[in-house]
Formats: sequence, structure tokens, C-alpha cells
Amino acid sequence: MLSFLNSSGVILIILSLFSIGAVGALILQKNNNLANWWGNGFAIIGSLVSGLFAANILASSQTLAYKISTSFPGLGLSFNIDRLSAFFILIISLITFVCSVYALGYVKHYYRKYNIGTLGFFYNTFIAGLLLVVMASNALFFLIAWEIMSLTSYFLVVYENINEQNVKAGTLYFIMTHVGTAFIILAFFLLYNTTGSLEFEAMKNGASALSPLLKNIIFVCALIGFGTKAGIIPLHIWLPSAHPAAPSHVSAIMSGVMIKTGIYMFIRMFFDILPNAPLWWGICILIVGSVSSLLGVLYALAEHDLKKLLAYHSIENIGIILLGLGSSLVFLSAGLKTFAMIGLIAALFHTLNHAIFKALLFLGAGSIISQTHTRNIEEYGGLIKLMPATALFFLVGSMAISALPPLNGFFSEWLTFQSLFSGATSFGTLTKLVFVLSAGALAFTGGLAAACFVKAFGVTFLARPRSDEAKHAKESDLSLQIGMGVLAALTLVIGVSAGNVSNMLSGVAGSVHGLAGSEIINIANSNTVHVNNEFAVLSMPALLAILLAALLITYILVKILSGKQKITVGRTWDCGTDLTPRMEITATGFSRSIITVFKNVLKPTRQNEIEYDDANLRYFPKSNSIHLELHDVYQSFFYKPLKNLLIKISDQMRKIQSGNMNAYILYIFIALMGLLLIVAK
Amino acid sequence: MYSFIPWLLQLLFIPAFAPLCIGLTRKIKAKFQNRQGASIWQPYLDLWKLFHKDEIISEDASWVFRFAPYLVFGVTLAIGASLPLLSTLTRLPTGDFLGIVYLIALGTFFLALSGVDTGGGFGGFGGSREMLVSSLTEGGLILSLFTLALIAKSTNLFSISAVMLAVPSFAIIPAVLAFISFCISMLAESSRYPFDNPATHLELTMIHEAMILEYSGKRLALMEWAAANKYLIFISLAVNLFYPAGLATTLGLGSLLIAFGALTIKVAVLCAGVATLESSIAKLRIFRLPDLLFTSFIISLIAISIIA
Repeated sequence: MLSFLNSSGVILIILSLFSIGAVGALILQKNNNLANWWGNGFAIIGSLVSGLFAANILASSQTLAYKISTSFPGLGLSFNIDRLSAFFILIISLITFVCSVYALGYVKHYYRKYNIGTLGFFYNTFIAGLLLVVMASNALFFLIAWEIMSLTSYFLVVYENINEQNVKAGTLYFIMTHVGTAFIILAFFLLYNTTGSLEFEAMKNGASALSPLLKNIIFVCALIGFGTKAGIIPLHIWLPSAHPAAPSHVSAIMSGVMIKTGIYMFIRMFFDILPNAPLWWGICILIVGSVSSLLGVLYALAEHDLKKLLAYHSIENIGIILLGLGSSLVFLSAGLKTFAMIGLIAALFHTLNHAIFKALLFLGAGSIISQTHTRNIEEYGGLIKLMPATALFFLVGSMAISALPPLNGFFSEWLTFQSLFSGATSFGTLTKLVFVLSAGALAFTGGLAAACFVKAFGVTFLARPRSDEAKHAKESDLSLQIGMGVLAALTLVIGVSAGNVSNMLSGVAGSVHGLAGSEIINIANSNTVHVNNEFAVLSMPALLAILLAALLITYILVKILSGKQKITVGRTWDCGTDLTPRMEITATGFSRSIITVFKNVLKPTRQNEIEYDDANLRYFPKSNSIHLELHDVYQSFFYKPLKNLLIKISDQMRKIQSGNMNAYILYIFIALMGLLLIVAK
Repeated sequence: MYSFIPWLLQLLFIPAFAPLCIGLTRKIKAKFQNRQGASIWQPYLDLWKLFHKDEIISEDASWVFRFAPYLVFGVTLAIGASLPLLSTLTRLPTGDFLGIVYLIALGTFFLALSGVDTGGGFGGFGGSREMLVSSLTEGGLILSLFTLALIAKSTNLFSISAVMLAVPSFAIIPAVLAFISFCISMLAESSRYPFDNPATHLELTMIHEAMILEYSGKRLALMEWAAANKYLIFISLAVNLFYPAGLATTLGLGSLLIAFGALTIKVAVLCAGVATLESSIAKLRIFRLPDLLFTSFIISLIAISIIA
């Protein structure tokens, strides 16, 4: 069995499983139930096989190379699965497996409204595309896989096409992702120009011949291209509208793993293919990471669409991953490979953690939405009593994303902090300041994320229901609960066994070309993690143990100190009036003070409308409404000027288009003569 | 190896003396106001009374509301057990300062949720304000402790204390700046002036009291006690990290007694400092608080940048 998993044939088996799932679902589209089970069933089997396959490669620490030649020039279907690829395959498989189990129950609420067959088709192709992206080892093949992933996810974003908002979000996504792809193509062809090959392996070997200027241009192109997919600010504008539009299990995959393919390619390009990164690359990524994490969480705070809020948190967490990645690049340029390992491990660890808890939160959001049929958290409330399991799992996810111990989010943020601290101890003046400011950004981000999830959890699940839908919500299907439960358990398991996981990740990080030669360090010793030669020591099991012991002692203390007192259930203090749901704090109210503090960044706008009983006698208002909104600074300061510039250039270009056929023939003639002259020379 | 008995003693140290700290602070404040004031043991009696009272729980509240006091109190116990209170010897693997900061955040998270849970206006706004203050405190808190970590070349609190016992001369100015920054964070986290008034239920200004408004009986006792613990935790962090004089470096009974004496004096002095501050300044408007917290962040930033 194990030797079978090592063979390259498994790749084909995995791909064919998803293809059968895709085509079969399309054929069975007449029967909703059958199409659902077929599509998601094959996705479950496929992700299970690919997960085992990746785990096996990680365990045996070998590289699997496999190539199918084609007659098309430059294109080779070459797979090269090293430990970095295997790690990402493992994350993708894990999340898609859980999401597919979840989808078995979740898709039911689309029955008779939408075509289940096409959902199954695009869903399976999407997963296959994701896997191909991290497996491909040829630039052209990679671009094809990248397009499969982008296009299928576009169709999944516009799946609920009755809502016009979703179609709009899809169009924005389609445009932005292709702007990104254009930069990626440019980066690859610049590499091809020097190295003469489209194979990643050949690029890696020939990249040392690149001139510094060319290398910097490739860096910028890759940063924009893959950064668009990862959702870094200010290229993020598609993300908060596209992720919520897709069905929730697809949102979970998009936020959990699809944006991570951008991170994967960052590592592949900057650590593996391009050698000797200059200092400013790392600094640049640190700054991008700080800005994305801080602004991401601030926008999330202002949001009261539950899925949009989660989407903004994806931007925040990509920022945190980039903080680890950027510090690692800085260390690499200074030749401090041991520190560079720590930074990369932190980035990889947070990638894994974010995939888990963000998928968990999106699945939780889906579970709520399937009951309440709205994404507006102001219309929830009190759901903890009606949906206890969803509430518990969402709480675990909220705690993990707020980096609260002993869950997994805490550990990777801790390691990122340590990586930034190491930078502050080993560099002088300006670089040190960047590291310290990044640490400060991360500190504020952690605090604001906790605030945001107190808001999200509190307003959604606690107190009294605010709408009829919320009043009549019921707990979701078993398959939804299983999906969320598995992920919730994983946040704790990975959190507590963080030492072992980081040892595994140090193997992954050490296999990257740029870090080759640094001795593979095991940063954890019997699950106690040591960073920077005893600079910092942390044991997650001890943390869990001490928390449990403290809880136990508290319980015993209360038993000893207090007698048998009565507990009466009564009304909340209502100041003498009847309590209505409108007296509870709303999401807008909760975050209002923080938005006011950051009003120079967020630019909130506010409209008051007062209607009076008597227009002349303005003493008795009939209704008083306040409309709060954030001013979209990216639109007005970045995209609008860009668009205007584009239109201006196009206007100039139009002058040569006279509409006169003779003129066009003249252009063709001139172009032809020009080409002939160049060739003849 | 850390044996169990001293660990248990350390675990109970904070809860045993925290109410006394509150009592002392109140007494000094009363003297400032020309009042006799209650005895410094009064907080113990209050807790005892609350533990023996019946409870009313809101019908809107869920298990979060019922469970939160245990967690909030438990977290302070866990932190208390991971601090260098009397000796610098025991390097616990949980004594990392980031671990402590995020454990505090864990308590705050559930405290704020319990405020929202009852569905009253006060609890919700209390939770909102608490998260505003605590999220903006985090930057100054982490960077001020990081200043010390940079001097001590370790993020473990026990190592920091050990190094600060013999402060290298270059570190004095950064440490003083970090201390100022830490004190601002301390006042914010332990709900004291100018951030919050621990003695009032004025609906326009209360933060901590608003969150625990619906609690009664033993759960209120736990919440009050946890708040006292947090106060003492921050005070002992302030004195034992920045001015660890007297801290035991050997595990003899004599040196531990000296350490206990030194800690008592230092804590009493800082309590007096807090009480003096509370008696001499007014509470700030809520939208002035972020300015103060950002100041704390900037001071730490300066402290770090002047460390050679």
C-alpha cells in the first residue's frame, strides 16, 4: 500500500477521481440527491487519496518527479512534488475533505433552486485545479492549472446567480484575477528569457545568471501577480465581495486554501527559484504584511455581513503569514539561515492554522446562513440556544483566530512574534525599526481581532434573537456538524502538539532551495519549542495543563467557599421598561468606538435622516435613522485614478482608428514592412 | 525540576493577597478624601458574603455567562503560577511573556462575551468599551515587555527578572521608559483611573462594572476576585520585572522570606502610587483613552530604539 502511494500513478488516479466526480455530477444533474452524493462523494475520496499521498511524501522526505511530454512547444506536463508541494497538497486535501463532508448536508438547501450538477462539476474541477497548481513544475502547465483554478472559482462565485450582487462580485473577481495573471505571465517570461526554459527546475539552476535589475522586476511582478490572489492590500478589493458570494463550503476552500496558493508561489519564487534575495524584498514584504494585517482587521471590524467580515480576516491573516515570510527573507539576505528557518516555519505554520480555523468559521457561517437566510449579523442573536453545536464550534474558531491559548492560532502568532523579535535583536537602526514596528502591528492586530470576534460571536449567538428567522433557527444537519467538529478538534490538537508540527515544518522549510545547507534544526524537544538559543521557550502542553489545573482548582475553591445557594432565573435588569431585542448591542454599535478611534484611516461616512410628524413643528420626530458607511479609499485614491488614466490613454489610441478601411490597410502594410526589415537585418 | 508544592503555593499566592491589595488601595484613597474608610480586610469579607448569597441569572444568558467567571478566575490563577513572584529560579515553560499577555486576552475575551450575553444595554456597551481599551493596550504592553526581553536576551519572565537584578548600566533609561509605558498598560488592563472608575456604576463611563452588572452571588464573587487578581498580577509584574531587588536567587527559607518581605513593601508602594494617582487626576473621556494608549506604545518604541 505504501509503496503504491509513492508511485507517480497516484497523481493520475487522484486527477481521474476528481474528473469522474465532475463529469458524473453533470450527467446526474436531473436528480439533485444523486448529483450531490456523486459530486461530493468523489471529492471526499479524491481528497482522502491525495491527503495520504502527500502525508506519505512528507514522511518519507523524498521528491517525486514525473513528466508527460507533449508536442506543444515549451509545455511539459511535469509534476515535481517536493516537501513544500506535499505540505500544501496536505492542507488542500484536509480542507477539501472536511468541506466535502460538510457539503453533503449543506448543498441540500440549494435543491430545486439551483443546478446541483453544475455545482458538483465546478467544485471537483476547482479542487483538481488547486492540486495541479501546487504540483505543476512547468511555467506553462502552471499557468493552465492557475487558470483552471481561477475560472472554476469564478463560476462558483456566481453560482447563486439570482442575486445580482454575486454576479457583480464575480465580474470584479474575474478582472482582478486576470490582471494578476498578466503579471505572473510577465514574471515567467522574463525568467524564460534568461534561463531558456519553462521548467521550474531549469529556472532554478539558471537563475543565478539574472541581472539584479531583472531580478527586481521579476520580484515586483510576482509580488503583484501572486499578491492579487493572496489578497494583499491594496490588491484585495475582489476578495471581500467574491468570497462571501460563493456557497459557504466553497468560501471555506477559497479563504482557507485558494489564497494560500499565492503564498505557496511566493515561497516557490523568492526562496526556491530566485537566489540571493536582496534586503529590500524582505523589508517590502514585511511592510505589505503589516499594512494588510492591520487594515484587514480594521475593515473586518466595520463589517456586519458575517461572511464579508471573515473575508477581511483572511486579508489580515495573509498579512500575518507575510510577516513571517518577510522576516525570513530579510534573514536570508543577511545569511542568517537559522533565523530564516524560524520565520519560514512561522509562515508555514500560520498557513496551516489559518486554513483550519478560517474554514471552520466559514462552515459555521454557512450553517447559520442556511437557517436564517441572511448574512447580516444584525438579524441574528441568541442562536447559541437554538444551534448549540454550531455555536460551540464557531466559538472555538473565534478563539483560535484571536490567537488565544491553548489553540493553534496562538502558537503560530507566538512564533511569528519570535521571528520578528529575532530581527530586532540582530539588525541595526532602520531594519530593526521595521521589525519592531511589524511586531507592534502584529500586537495591535491580535487585540483588534479579539475585539472583532467578541463582536461576531456575541452579536450572532448571545442575548436574544433579533429577527423571526433567528427565532426559528434549528441546529444544522449531522454532516455539517461533523465537518465543523473535525476542524474544531484540529485547532486544539495542532495547538497542543505544536512542537511536533513545527519539527515537521522545519523539514519542509529546510527542503527549500534557498535554505538548503542550513542544518535541519528540530526546534522542538519533547514538544517544548526553543527559539534562538533559549531566547524563548514555550511548551503548549504545559500551557494547556496549567489552564486545566487552574480551572479545576477554581471549581474546588468555589465548592469549598460557597454553600448550597439557590439559583433563580430572572429577567435582565431593564430599567423599568420592557426589554426588546432592539436594546441589545448591535454589531455596528459594538465596533463604533473603535471605528471612531481609527476614523482617519477608515473614513467613516454618516447620514442622518429625521422624519417629523409635523414638518413645521419640529419637536416630535416620527422616525430617526442613521446610515453608517465606510468611505472606500482604495476606489477613490487608487483604482479611480488608474481607471481614468487608462481611459485617457485609450482615447488617444482611438485617434488612429479612423474607421477608414484604406487607413487600416496602410497600418497593416507598415507593420508588415517593419517586421520584414527587422527579420532581414 | 520544579516540584509540586512550591508551585501550588505560588498558584495560591495571588488570590490570597489580591483582595488585600484592593483593600489597601481603597484605604489610602479614603484617607485622601478625609474619610476613615473601610478596613483593609473588607474585600475578604465582601467576597465571603457574596459566596454565601443566592444567585439570579438572566433568562437570556447562555452557558457562556455561567462558565465565564470560572474561566476568567482560572486564567488569573494560571498566570499567577507563571510569574517570578519570589524567586528567579524556576524557569517554567509557560512563563513566556507573550504567553502571559495572551492568557490575559483569553480572560478578557470571555469577560466581554459574558457582558454581551445578558442582552442588556449596559453589558453590551461594557464589552465594547473593554475590547476597545484592551485591544489598544496590547501594543504598548507587548513592546514594553519586549524592551526588557531585549535587555535580558530572553522572553522568559524568570530570566528577565534574573538579569534585571543586576541591571547593566546601558539599560537604565530604556527600562525606565518601558516602566512608564507598562504602567499605562497596567492602569488600562486593571480598570483603574484614568481609564475606568472601579468605584462607580455610572452608566456613561463604567467599563468593567458594566460587564459584570448582571452577576450576583458566587459568580460575582469570582469576577470581583479575578479583577483583584489581575490588579495584583500587573503590580507584581511591574515591581518584579523592572525593580526585582530582593528576589530570591537560592531556594532557602531565609532568602524566600526576604523576598516575601521585599515584595510586600514594593507592592504596597505601588498600590500607594496608584491610589495617589486616582485621587489626583480625573477620569479621561473615552475617546481620549486611545491617545494615552498610543503614547504608551510610542514610549516603548523609543525605549527599544535607544537600546544599543
